[in-house]
Amino acid sequence: MNRQAAFWTIALLALVALPFVHRDPYHLHVLVLILIWSFAYTSWSIMGRFGLVSLGHGGFMGIGAYVTALLWNHLGVSPWIGIPLSMATAGVLALIVAYPCFRFRITGHYFVLVTLALSGIVLQVITATRDYTGGSLGYTPQRAQSGKGLFALQFDDKTTWYLIALAVWAAGLVIWRAIDRSMIRHAMEAISEDEDAAAAAGVNVTAEKLKVTLISALMTALSGALYCQYQMFISPDTVSGIAVSLQMVFAAIVGGVYVALGPTVGAVITIVLAEVLRISFGTKAVGWDNLVYGILLVLFIIFLPKGILGSVIDRIKSPRKPSRGHEQQTVPIARR
Amino acid sequence: MQSFLDIFDIYLLEAVINGILLGGVLALLALGLNLIFGVIDVTWICYAELVMIGMYGMYYLVQVFHLPYWAAAPLVILLVALLGAALHFFVIAPLLTAPPINQLLATGGVLFILQSFATVAFGIDFRNLGIRLPVLALGEMNFSYARLLSFAAALVGMVGVYLFLTRTFTGTAIRAIAQDRQIMPLMGVDPKRIYLVTSAIGGGLAGLAACLLVLQYDVHPFVGLSFGPITFLICVLGGLGNFIGGFIAAFVFAEIISLGGLFSDLEWGYVLAFAFFIVMMFIRPAGLLARRS
Repeated sequence: MNRQAAFWTIALLALVALPFVHRDPYHLHVLVLILIWSFAYTSWSIMGRFGLVSLGHGGFMGIGAYVTALLWNHLGVSPWIGIPLSMATAGVLALIVAYPCFRFRITGHYFVLVTLALSGIVLQVITATRDYTGGSLGYTPQRAQSGKGLFALQFDDKTTWYLIALAVWAAGLVIWRAIDRSMIRHAMEAISEDEDAAAAAGVNVTAEKLKVTLISALMTALSGALYCQYQMFISPDTVSGIAVSLQMVFAAIVGGVYVALGPTVGAVITIVLAEVLRISFGTKAVGWDNLVYGILLVLFIIFLPKGILGSVIDRIKSPRKPSRGHEQQTVPIARR
Repeated sequence: MQSFLDIFDIYLLEAVINGILLGGVLALLALGLNLIFGVIDVTWICYAELVMIGMYGMYYLVQVFHLPYWAAAPLVILLVALLGAALHFFVIAPLLTAPPINQLLATGGVLFILQSFATVAFGIDFRNLGIRLPVLALGEMNFSYARLLSFAAALVGMVGVYLFLTRTFTGTAIRAIAQDRQIMPLMGVDPKRIYLVTSAIGGGLAGLAACLLVLQYDVHPFVGLSFGPITFLICVLGGLGNFIGGFIAAFVFAEIISLGGLFSDLEWGYVLAFAFFIVMMFIRPAGLLARRS
């Protein structure tokens, strides 16, 4: 146990030290993107691992990004206040939609499609209020005057952003782990097995589901706000809507939703793949990355439902278990 | 008559009728999806993307190979029907015993594949058939022939499917297997074959919808996202697998979109429709026509 703790401390220190040793701005940019999206995917997996598959997280992310940016541009509210407000907005919306869902036992397909409607609504509202949000053309938070960067949460320095994203990502993992070790996990696992039996055993089904949903929505809104502050440009297609929701599901599933670092592995694979394709093929690569994602997603769900990292850890923990060929093939991918 | 038209604003009436015409095509889409859900118990998230591929098929056959519209349409319906059968064979069949969520997500992967395939193969330009059908003027109201034609063809398609399901042996077997999937194999019906046939019919309906939608809308790789979600919501609102519920829900949705678009932007029509859906889910979780236990 101590060795494990020492390993994680050293790994974290190495990650913190990285930008001071390796200063390549492009690599840092990719790392920041990976960290922010990993955080978003981790937030999704907090719900997704218990069978609460949500396609509404694109909506929460859009709210996080747009509420923060709109408050800053129109009312001059600092993101330090705007981000908590945007998270609260997403949380309230999550509760409004989720409470009746859980109360009336809307599960499975129906839950997926209700949440799909939610992300559809957010996308259409952003597009329809184009006088304020810029519609589908996208939106840019106003640049702060020099010297007020901290107040506006705008930094030109990639290292600062890297450290912020790293801290948030690590916090996300801590939350994931805390839930993994709490009673919530046992309650949620019982619920996903059999709701009636769980309720009979004294689990408050609605309350437990609401807890994970709320945590997940708040974290997703935070990831949207961070993305907006870092990129300084948001559009409905990049932070909201069904495509983003599906992207979250995809990355989390490929990485594995049952292990803490699974969504992170998913983010590394998707973003590195997209960047490699973009650099090697340029504009010709438009669409190819999604084509590969789609094929991978289908193959993973058919052959490796636990995801890359999940399957690798299974193999390490029980090496005697007979494993099929395709699992062996994926090992090198995960170690990259 | 004149006083009647005075009470009902002429634009309101036009929007109501356009809503009905839109409802026909939506009902056709919902029927295909409902058929697949009712029989195979799978939701094809990528259903609208099959329609998109069909629309590209029409574009290429008509614009590039210069086939007349009436000759291209059956070919496209056949093509998308084959695509539907292939989707079932390669993706759904291996997952038949998997949790429903996994099936849903696998078809989500197919959505990515079809969208990006279209991006890679056809580019992201907006394309259209270049067929401009005349506009029918009725009093001061204008209706496009494209919409009238779509509505009529959608109705014909739906009646055709209804007759197939009630009058042929295969259709009866499809309905039977939707009712009890354990007993039917014992009665000498091969479920694998029935599932394939059903998938092909569902695909064929998507192909028919593609032939009709391409008359009204430009095709681009992401066109599926503009009517895909609404189709799922219609099916859920009507009760997944419930054909009549889906039919009614399609017209309810189309009217909300059309009337919402009349009073404000089209996007607000969609917002209203989505919000209506969420509210209805709480009032009637199992669909419009479901009896509450």
